[in-house]
Amino acid sequence: MPLAPDRPASRLLVWLGVVPFLAFALLFLILPTLQVVTGAFRTPDGAVTLQNLRGLLTPSILHALALSLKLSLLTAALGCVLGLLLAAAVTRGGLPDWLRGATMTFSGVASNFAGVPLAFAFIATLGRLGLITVILRDWFGINLMATGFNLISFPGLALAYLYFQIPLMVLIITPALDGLRKEWREAAESLGASGAQYWRMVALPVLWPSLLGTFALLFANAFGAVATAMALTGSSLSILPIILFAQIRGDVLQDPHLGYAVAFAMIFFTGIANLIYVTLRARAERWQK
Amino acid sequence: MSFITLQNIQKSFGATQVVRDFSLGIEKGEFISLLGPSGCGKTTVLRMLAGFEGPTSGQISIDGQDMTGLPANRRRIGMVFQSYALFPNLTVAENVAFGLKVTGTPRSEAAKRVEEMLGMVGLGGFGARYPFQLSGGQQQRVALARAIAPRPRVLLLDEPLSALDAKIRISLRSEIRAIQRELGITTLFVTHDQEEAMSMSDRVVVMYGGRAEQVGAPSEIYNRPASRFVAEFIGSLNLLPGTITDAAAGLVETPAGAIALGRTLDQPTGTPVSLAIRPEGLHMGYEGNVVLNTRVADSEFLGSIIRLRVMTGGNMPLIIARFNREGQMVPQPGQDLTVSVNASDIIVLDGRAA
Amino acid sequence: MKSGRLVSGLFFGLACLYFLLPLVGTLEFSLRARRGEYSLDAYRNVLGDPQFHQTIGYSFILSMATIVLGVLIIAPTAFWVRLKLPRLRPVVEFLTLMPLVIPPIVIVFGYIRLYNTSSWLPLLGSSAGSDFLLVCGYATLSLPYMYRAIDTGLRAIDVSTLTEAAQSLGAGWVTIMAKVILPNILVAILSGAFLTFAIVIGEYVLAALLNRPAFGPYMVWMGGNKAYEPAALAVVAFAITWASMGLIQLFSRFSKHTQARR
Repeated sequence: MPLAPDRPASRLLVWLGVVPFLAFALLFLILPTLQVVTGAFRTPDGAVTLQNLRGLLTPSILHALALSLKLSLLTAALGCVLGLLLAAAVTRGGLPDWLRGATMTFSGVASNFAGVPLAFAFIATLGRLGLITVILRDWFGINLMATGFNLISFPGLALAYLYFQIPLMVLIITPALDGLRKEWREAAESLGASGAQYWRMVALPVLWPSLLGTFALLFANAFGAVATAMALTGSSLSILPIILFAQIRGDVLQDPHLGYAVAFAMIFFTGIANLIYVTLRARAERWQK
Repeated sequence: MSFITLQNIQKSFGATQVVRDFSLGIEKGEFISLLGPSGCGKTTVLRMLAGFEGPTSGQISIDGQDMTGLPANRRRIGMVFQSYALFPNLTVAENVAFGLKVTGTPRSEAAKRVEEMLGMVGLGGFGARYPFQLSGGQQQRVALARAIAPRPRVLLLDEPLSALDAKIRISLRSEIRAIQRELGITTLFVTHDQEEAMSMSDRVVVMYGGRAEQVGAPSEIYNRPASRFVAEFIGSLNLLPGTITDAAAGLVETPAGAIALGRTLDQPTGTPVSLAIRPEGLHMGYEGNVVLNTRVADSEFLGSIIRLRVMTGGNMPLIIARFNREGQMVPQPGQDLTVSVNASDIIVLDGRAA
Repeated sequence: MKSGRLVSGLFFGLACLYFLLPLVGTLEFSLRARRGEYSLDAYRNVLGDPQFHQTIGYSFILSMATIVLGVLIIAPTAFWVRLKLPRLRPVVEFLTLMPLVIPPIVIVFGYIRLYNTSSWLPLLGSSAGSDFLLVCGYATLSLPYMYRAIDTGLRAIDVSTLTEAAQSLGAGWVTIMAKVILPNILVAILSGAFLTFAIVIGEYVLAALLNRPAFGPYMVWMGGNKAYEPAALAVVAFAITWASMGLIQLFSRFSKHTQARR
């Protein structure tokens, strides 16, 4: 075998094969992230400080953080639950088979239909002159705005986020649902278990790692999203990424190290979500190889 | 009335009918096998009894209770699957305790029962392991313990041994039978393996095309097959085509010569038939009362058994199986050989061999 | 079972409403530009806008560059890790999944601080450098999808046997990659490519913060200044996404056929 890793020279050659990738990851993924993380703990002169992080403790940034957390947790949780229900309805709800394929294809599209166009779609539908708003007004005499619903608000944004969160869940959880063997359900039934008991004692515990992983992913997905919120609400709803965006643009704040701190906070929370996921998954998967 | 009765069961999936007019009575404590090739409807019968499928028409009752409309989780039937179907997220003990837990058995009682069951299947001390840490044979023992732990009225086994190695298959076979006898539990066993069905069952139901071809004790099925399918499916068989020349006297004309069966035949004179003879029913020499002159085509030495292929007059091949005895001469190819068979060992089947 | 089907059907119907109404609403809204009647005016305005052509053209070229860069980096790496360095697999997988955890806005913030005009590598000092940085950023964002698609493709073929067979016939590494491995994972690469395209074509944050004239910032600008044209843009964007995903489906179906024939 040529290039077998038996001599030091060829062993070096083997490692050379991944150098382009590692260099790319270093330059465009690791170093930029490190820059942000270290920047959060340094003064403009390069001295170590916690002052930047203390700068996060202003009411406006704390408010944005709380709003972002709320938005991400809510849409991730709802996305998981509704996505699971939808996937379950399509895969084992006794619906026609072609619906499954159609749902998967549509989910592939919708999970990527995020950002600016999604915001436009919701404005065109639920905005002041949107289709549903107009229909409710003209046909049913309901003034949507008067009911307290406002698209340019937290619930409106959450509703828009669910448009990509639910399909993402469907895409990820459907293969996991397929992994639930028919015999498990039948074995549980023959042992006297009800459908609910089967789900609580077998199906959900088996799905748990996938559910946790998707939750962490959906959380990060919502937490870092900027474009949808920006196009939908301008900057009137200040969530953390919008604050950071404004900060980078230099519109509002001038201190780049406060920007680092905000960015660090974002990594911190998405990182925590994934850390919790990894820990819980290790515990949930003790019954796996 | 039997403990379990299946009456005129029909089952169709869409346009395909998988079970046709199937009736069977099973006595309490009996071990019954449903034997047949894949697609014969045997698993569907089992699944209807379990409550996973409903019959299109017909009635199933257990212990006098009509099963129609009763969901699977209220039938008190234990089931063992080919793929073990252990819950991967639960330990061995939790798996066995599952049926007790969902029906609200007190914890201490359940724990005792689990111990007892695991002991019975020879897995005492394995309670804390997870299924993935066990071999296939061990997993299937756990599945058996899990199925019988809630004291079901009926035990259903769906090809439980098919996924296992040959050696484990054979040892588990006798263990299952021993446990079944000890508990006296009425058991229905689905298999495509005739050796399993024959060795384990009180009675065997041979199924073909959704129908029960024959129901009987293993020896009866083997020695007196009721139909051509049963005769050909169970064991190996020599077939001689022939025509009945005298039904009352039991005379059949075959390419190997006229054969006198010495009994009155059911079919009328002139009917084309096949004469079926088991390989072990043929003897070398004049032991039987029907004698055929043959020439040896080849011989195989299989250890305990010697298998000969001989050609009769009219060039019909016959397989002969004899036990190997030391000092016995093994006939060589090309040699002339007189073979014989007892007329009572010859089974008359309708129609000519294909 | 019957009631289960009813509940499933009902739930599915509600989901359909939620997912289809915005699409219908957008389409309807985009046709409303002329007072009192439906017209294609909004589309005419958008398609006639030179800015539209420039920005979508720019984003198209960028997404192609991203796909080429992504494939050049990922395909050899995934192949090499499978063949020679399985130990490195967890590391590579971790790195490719990082962009799902670290928000894009944080990554681009890092770029701005790291590659500004006064840094050791002043990529942002020139327009070409900025374009290059944007392509690298997009390639980073598409890492998880590209790697997963290609790795799945490699899993389906027996990499080491194919490689050994090619080597025994005297092929060098470049030949092996170009003539043996790539054709066999072409479908996987294409599905990764279309996914990348769908992500890049309308991306906003990176383009806006690096000040590039891409389609995403153009859409936001339209959103701030026009009423009906944004809906038309949304319809166009949705059609592009749909076409990308549809092509993935088409190719993967095609690949199943070729596999079945083997």
